[in-house]
Amino acid sequence: MRAPDTNEILLQVEAVALSFGGVRALKDVSFNIRKGEIRAIIGPNGAGKTSMLNVVNGFYHPDHGTITFKGRTRDKMQPFEAARGGIARTFQNVALFKGMSALDNIMAGRTLKVRRGLLWQVLRYGPALREELEHRHRVEEIIDFLEIEAIRKVPVGRLPYGLQKRVELGRALAMEPELLLLDEPMAGMNLEEKEDMSRFIVDVNNQYGTTIALIEHDMAVVMDLSESVAVLDHGVKIADGTPDEVKNSQAVIEAYLGVAH
Amino acid sequence: MLYREAGQFKTTYVEDMAIFPIRQDRIALAVLLGIAFIGVPLLATFHIWPFGSDYLLWAILLPFLILALAAIGTNILVGYCGQISLGSGAFMAIGAYSAYKLVTGVHIPLAWLGCAISIPPLSVLASILLGGLIAAGVGILFGIPSLRIKGLYLAVATLAAQFFFDWAFLRIPWFTNYAPSGSVNAPELNFFGLIVQSPIERYLLCLLLVTLMALLAKNLVRGNLGRQWMAIRDMDIAAELIGIRPLYAKLTAFAVSSFIIGVAGALWAFVYLGSWEPLAFSIDRSLQLLFMVIIGGLGSIMGSFVGAAFILIVPIMLNLIPAELGVPLSTETIAHFEFIIFGSLICYLLIKEPHGFARLISIGKEKLRLWPFPY
Amino acid sequence: MIALGQFLEVLIGGLMSGVLYSLVALGFVLIFKASGVFNFAQGAMVLLAGLALVRALDLLVANGFPLWAAIVLGIAFAAAIMATTAWLIERFVIGPLVNQDGLTLFMSTIGVTFVIEGAAEMIFGSDVYPLRLFPTDAWFVLEDVFPGGILVNKLDVWGALIAGILVAGLAIFFQRTKTGRALRAVADDHLAAHSVGIPIGWIWFVVWLAAGLVALVAATVWGTKLGVQFSITFLALKALPVLIIGGLTSIPGAIAGGLIVGAGEKIAEVYLGPSIGGGIEYWFAYVLALAVLLVRPQGLFGERIIERV
Repeated sequence: MRAPDTNEILLQVEAVALSFGGVRALKDVSFNIRKGEIRAIIGPNGAGKTSMLNVVNGFYHPDHGTITFKGRTRDKMQPFEAARGGIARTFQNVALFKGMSALDNIMAGRTLKVRRGLLWQVLRYGPALREELEHRHRVEEIIDFLEIEAIRKVPVGRLPYGLQKRVELGRALAMEPELLLLDEPMAGMNLEEKEDMSRFIVDVNNQYGTTIALIEHDMAVVMDLSESVAVLDHGVKIADGTPDEVKNSQAVIEAYLGVAH
Repeated sequence: MLYREAGQFKTTYVEDMAIFPIRQDRIALAVLLGIAFIGVPLLATFHIWPFGSDYLLWAILLPFLILALAAIGTNILVGYCGQISLGSGAFMAIGAYSAYKLVTGVHIPLAWLGCAISIPPLSVLASILLGGLIAAGVGILFGIPSLRIKGLYLAVATLAAQFFFDWAFLRIPWFTNYAPSGSVNAPELNFFGLIVQSPIERYLLCLLLVTLMALLAKNLVRGNLGRQWMAIRDMDIAAELIGIRPLYAKLTAFAVSSFIIGVAGALWAFVYLGSWEPLAFSIDRSLQLLFMVIIGGLGSIMGSFVGAAFILIVPIMLNLIPAELGVPLSTETIAHFEFIIFGSLICYLLIKEPHGFARLISIGKEKLRLWPFPY
Repeated sequence: MIALGQFLEVLIGGLMSGVLYSLVALGFVLIFKASGVFNFAQGAMVLLAGLALVRALDLLVANGFPLWAAIVLGIAFAAAIMATTAWLIERFVIGPLVNQDGLTLFMSTIGVTFVIEGAAEMIFGSDVYPLRLFPTDAWFVLEDVFPGGILVNKLDVWGALIAGILVAGLAIFFQRTKTGRALRAVADDHLAAHSVGIPIGWIWFVVWLAAGLVALVAATVWGTKLGVQFSITFLALKALPVLIIGGLTSIPGAIAGGLIVGAGEKIAEVYLGPSIGGGIEYWFAYVLALAVLLVRPQGLFGERIIERV
């Protein structure tokens, strides 16, 4: 069953600005993500969508503005804090650990849940072994869920792109996140793969109640999946609302058709 | 047809997570350990071929075991965590000299406080292990720059360790207990009353320690910490975003790696060399260890053994084969050939098979599994 | 006045030997700028160039060639050897490793180092060969200011002069020639450069050749100072900390880094050495580089690196 939509705000980004040298990637962007929803961020290339996600999970530090996550307001996120707070992330260009198997990649996602330290792990006995097995169990559930049983032991570098994206989603899910950020989860996929991926996203949202924010270019997918859509263009938020509202917004149409400003 | 896993079903994750999940591999390992622990000592005791003299034990097996251990340490840092190190030799030296100081008793006068730190002489085993721990501490210290700098820059930081400690052990007489020649002698190898003296005893001591430490190292690299190291190696940014702290992952890699290398250094000095100078741990040693790791396989414990064996056997072969063919080479020419062979092999492997001989072996095993069918 | 005079003498001697480090460091910078390869083999290339030169010279002189002809032919021969080396490296190592990560490329140059060292010594011999291209006696300057004057080695002055010419030449090459500009394009983004039709293989050959020739120049000065011998490779290793201090991508940085290291280690040796046992020169450069790394990882003149995902 679908997680109950509440009006509780999980993440609030307030007047965030970010620039690289002279290029202003984000100009005073504010938006929020409500608990349990699937939120889409769309916009033309170079609109600042990925930069936005990078600010949210602490990889970029905004020049000004605040980020409020689970009620705590910060000037900037640190990647580790974001991860510990329950924000997981996938990347536009798959960022898997190429030298490791699919299983190890997903197991690595459990790092924050590991309790036994170095000295136990050296022994790999008793509590340490039990813990490893527990994590293996959880990871196998994810592997079943994503239907990638057959490629468990394959080094991810050898996998086709679509499967890599799936493994990456698996790694993010292994963190048991409260907020899942997906950067173009369906880029470069064929129709069938897109359908699979859409199904996984909806299922994750339904089964685990995970809040999801995704960047996507395929409008059909965005309109189907998301409950609300924010539109960025040239680092500015130009529209925000339900898919239907956004679809009919004049500003959005202009941005996509490239009307001169 | 003998090498098949068909019919071997794994019903628990424990079985699936075993170091050698395939039965034939386990049998092979058991046979190998049997030969190493029982066969070799028996043959050597009764001087049966090829153990007619102590040459094989002293000049090949003993250095092989100890350097393989040092290579495992190097591999953890370079192969698993992706932090280049050109200073492994220095960490062997730190292990060796720390162990030496501990086994002879430490006395540091603190004139301005009017007292002194005195540690009575420790037992040999305690000294070796503590020597490793001291190396680990220094390793952490030199690992700190790795938090801000990457790859190539780190190479220079580790070179700094190499050259600084070369110098320190040569020029600071305290480390050598003011020995006039600068060279120091290993203590009597007394382990709980057992005196290790003959080549066979030395061999068994090293075999025991190396096997144990290799197993523990394997446990680490297949556990969560190992996955953290590899994650940092493969993509440090993504690693951080899934909650891996680079500080913790890198410094543990430095610590574990330096500990193992330090213990290997202490063994090298105490058990193999007997008396030594800083030259035994120069940058040549560091490069040799790096070569073992690249040739054997980056990110493979077994590869460290293979690489160490290869690096040690090539010069011996260069010595033996031309001599057998009636064209003996001079020592110099052998050294030059060695350089060329190792150098070109490194380039070849980096291009064709970055995972070294270890991967070639596993490819061979995959082929063997399918044999006699091509697919 | 004696103290100041001695200090000046140490400082000048240090700066001059720093120039020698800069000469090797220049070769590193060239390759790093153009291909992102951290070339461990630069020291080995100095050894190879020096051996080729000195052995050819000896042979030609022994066969009755006049000295000037022997020098010209010897340098031509050594340059040809460096060109062959550059071609072999590009063809068999760096070419096939294109798009690999920096660590792999770096380790491959360690492999190249060993091949060059082994082959050079096997072909040309492994003794110490004296090389006399430049005067090695000394001047005493400022004798009326300081008692006894300040000793300045003529060879060092030659070295500084040559380094200056080399830097000017490289600057012209990078700024004014077509190949130089293409080189800078490749350095920025080699895939993009490839797609606009710049022949990468050729460019990299040119870079390695340039680095080889820089190594040859360094070898003439170093060989005159120390004799051509294996230990040159260890001295050349000091170019690595020099680079870190100066910044990996900067030619002026390589020069400044060399001077800082040269002067610093001489001064430390003279004034600190006696109290802690001497031989500081052995590690001073590396520890200084380590300190710089902790404070300013991009070096004094390097560019800041921005990371993206």
